[in-house]
Amino acid sequence: MMLGWLFASPAERRLLGTSRFRGPTPWVIAIMSFSIMIIAATGLALANTAGALGEAIEARYAVVVPNGAQNLDALAQALKSAPGVTAVEAVTQGEMRRTLQRWLGPAAESADLPVPALVNFDTRHGADLRPIRQRVQAIAPAAQISAHRDRVAPLLRSMRSVQWLAFGLVLLLSGAAAAAVVLAARGALDTHRFTIEVMHGVGATDLQVTHLFQRKIALDALVGSLAGAVAGALVLLLLASGASFAGELMGGASLPPIDLLVLVLLPFTLTILATWVARMAVLAALRGTL
Amino acid sequence: MGKGSKLPAIAEFDSVGLRYGTGAEVLRDLDFRLADGGFYFLTGPSGAGKTSLLKLLYLAQRPTRGRIRLFGEELSEAAREELPPFRRRIGVVFQDFRLIRHLSAFDNVALPLRVAGATDEEVEGPVREMLAWVGLADRASARPATLSGGEQQRVAIARAVINRPQLLVADEPTGNVDADMANRLLHLFTALNRLGTTIVVATHDIGLIRATPGAQMIRLENGSVVDPTGLLRNPPPGHR
Ligand SMILES: Nc1ncnc2c1ncn2[C@@H]1O[C@H](COP(=O)(O)OP(=O)(O)OP(=O)(O)O)[C@@H](O)[C@H]1O
Ligand SMILES: [Mg+2]
Repeated sequence: MMLGWLFASPAERRLLGTSRFRGPTPWVIAIMSFSIMIIAATGLALANTAGALGEAIEARYAVVVPNGAQNLDALAQALKSAPGVTAVEAVTQGEMRRTLQRWLGPAAESADLPVPALVNFDTRHGADLRPIRQRVQAIAPAAQISAHRDRVAPLLRSMRSVQWLAFGLVLLLSGAAAAAVVLAARGALDTHRFTIEVMHGVGATDLQVTHLFQRKIALDALVGSLAGAVAGALVLLLLASGASFAGELMGGASLPPIDLLVLVLLPFTLTILATWVARMAVLAALRGTL
Repeated sequence: MGKGSKLPAIAEFDSVGLRYGTGAEVLRDLDFRLADGGFYFLTGPSGAGKTSLLKLLYLAQRPTRGRIRLFGEELSEAAREELPPFRRRIGVVFQDFRLIRHLSAFDNVALPLRVAGATDEEVEGPVREMLAWVGLADRASARPATLSGGEQQRVAIARAVINRPQLLVADEPTGNVDADMANRLLHLFTALNRLGTTIVVATHDIGLIRATPGAQMIRLENGSVVDPTGLLRNPPPGHR
């Protein structure tokens, strides 16, 4: 069985003494796992938010009539019947004023303040904008049509780059965890050099020796990465539920099941990585002996 | 090769040389064979290369030149993965015992059996028996540090023979024991030899050699075998 090495007899366990969970390895891995958890969750949340945002505005346009429009209803009606338009939402001047009021205070009530009229509309993907533009300009010649995605593009771009930065950091941290495991494996080999020599002397194979260390490091890594991940998850929950704005920051703080699964699998992936790295490090070190 | 003996060889050395790192050769031009079932003493002054030769024999060291055949197989250039099965056929008593200090006497003796894949039940009987044989039945759970030098040595010997090795190699086994213990050791080795185990003992102890009729002596000086005639001074049992 491939995982046979995981189940050592008490006699095999005695071979390396009882020093499990003593060294810094579980701690280092716990810290890595904690950071990876939080960064990965942030990256996934950003990816989701950016994805949802991008999708929502992909085919959304705004008609802006700079000096307001008396014929807002006509405009909305014309858009509704235009080919390819799936939804229309007129923002009345009253609504615009209320929105502006939040920023400008009572000054927004002043009739001197030019308030633009606004109609948002969604189109089917790939719909031709030209006939729509013609209809709009027939009613309000000063109207301009702008795509939401053009305005949100820089924001989306920076969200995407932060997302990739997060995933890059996850990889870097995993690499650092792997390096820590290599050092731990070498340290363990050094500590137990004599035992290894005696084992080799009585005919133990490299695999028999490796399994002892692999098992030890796998357990250290599993305990460390689970502890780190649980701590990370707690912090994420606090962030998401404690502060209300955090919910908004994190895209509603609800990740789709597939992303949650990724997060749950992270500590186990880290454990498997650590175990594999330890195995390679030990085998490589043993190859240097006779 | 051959040197007149027709007995099957358990080990054959052919122009073997050994150097550590870039130093001078500590063993050179070794040409001899050890008959299967023989009893050999390896003697020579300190630094002559006895321990080094034994290391070649128990596969802890590769020769830097020449060929070594063990159990009929050419092993001087064998891949390291191929060596463990051969090591399991060799028992070694080290000059410094080499007991694992965090393991009990029982676990130390059981190690070769466990490495060979024996279960706890399979290990129990033979190890108890072996510990009783070397007079340590009541010290089974003692750590090496709590045993006397002679007791540690007996644990080391029990570990070396628990697997019924075909070849038993001992480096200065009487260095730390009194005359009585040395005598019992010799009896042990002779008994094992009668059961068919080839024995190679490095020692300064002339008394030991004298007390073992039928044993042969290989004398090393300065890294070479001297007095090649002495090699077959005492023919192996059952020969001639
Ligand atoms: N690991 C090593 N590295 C370098 N030189 C070594 C090593 N082991 C032994 N030597 C050298 O090889 C030579 C032979 O040493 P060896 O231990 O084989 O002698 P010996 O006959 O067993 O001596 P003693 O009777 O004192 O045990 C010595 O000159 C020693 O310094
Ligand atoms: Mg020596």
